[in-house]
Amino acid sequence: MNITVNVQLKQGVLDPQGKAVHHALGSLGFNNVNDVRIGKQIVLQMDEKEPEIARESAKKMCEELLANTVIEDYEIVVS
Amino acid sequence: MKVAIIVFPGTNCEIDTQYAYTKLGQEALLVWHKEKSLPDGVDLVVLPGGFSYGDYLRSAAIAKFSPIMEAVTSYAKSGGYVLGICNGFQMLLEMGLLPGAMKRNLNVHFISKYHHLKVESNDNQFLRHLKVGQIVNIPIAHGEGNYFIDEDGLQELKSNNQIILTYCDASGSALNPNGSVGNIAGICNINKNVFGLMPHPERAIETVLGSNDGLAMLEGFVA
Repeated sequence: MNITVNVQLKQGVLDPQGKAVHHALGSLGFNNVNDVRIGKQIVLQMDEKEPEIARESAKKMCEELLANTVIEDYEIVVS
Repeated sequence: MKVAIIVFPGTNCEIDTQYAYTKLGQEALLVWHKEKSLPDGVDLVVLPGGFSYGDYLRSAAIAKFSPIMEAVTSYAKSGGYVLGICNGFQMLLEMGLLPGAMKRNLNVHFISKYHHLKVESNDNQFLRHLKVGQIVNIPIAHGEGNYFIDEDGLQELKSNNQIILTYCDASGSALNPNGSVGNIAGICNINKNVFGLMPHPERAIETVLGSNDGLAMLEGFVA
């Protein structure tokens, strides 16, 4: 089972990388971009058949390691 | 005094830190992160600068799971002095021994240069030899030193006198190199036994190399 974890800075926490990329896109002529947020995608191949158990396990991983919940939100996608 | 300097894969400031404490006439031991306990009779634990585990995932995200860290945590929780410099500060945040988190520098660059700092509080062991308002010149070298804490957390730091150093210019006016909330360069915990700062006092201990302002800071822990 594949679990995809998306980690991103929380809304309201300024994203310096996103800001720099937004600026660069503007200088390339892409003036139709309002905002850029950069995150991480972590793909876990899990030896687990129950989606809910896998999700619960991934949640613990996020809380303990994959995300820093002081500044980051995470999203878990089971596929 | 006995100092334990913890070394992780990717740490690169341990020898400088050892040199600084040796210069201060103290015994400074390097302790490999796979150890499970601290040497007997340790008076100070230093988490030195560098790039533990290559900064993979996030700066200092993985170091907190090293075997020695359980001993460091219980040492800190029982009131022992712990100093985290640069990557070591990031570890203390990741471990929850200090509040807040680090983000990429505002300009997204790695910044390596001397920077002036203002002493914000000296009612603690680390900065007791310095005066409040004193300006020191200490190197910074980091890509993720953009300190973040929410508004409530910031108020708490202020009201408990936990902000120890802020970034400034030579005259003491605020000057922020990395986007840190409140120009914060260093903080301590509420019990004032755990300290974290991004600048490198161990790189400012010889006037011939630009500054020895770091010596008086590190000396604070010397009884």
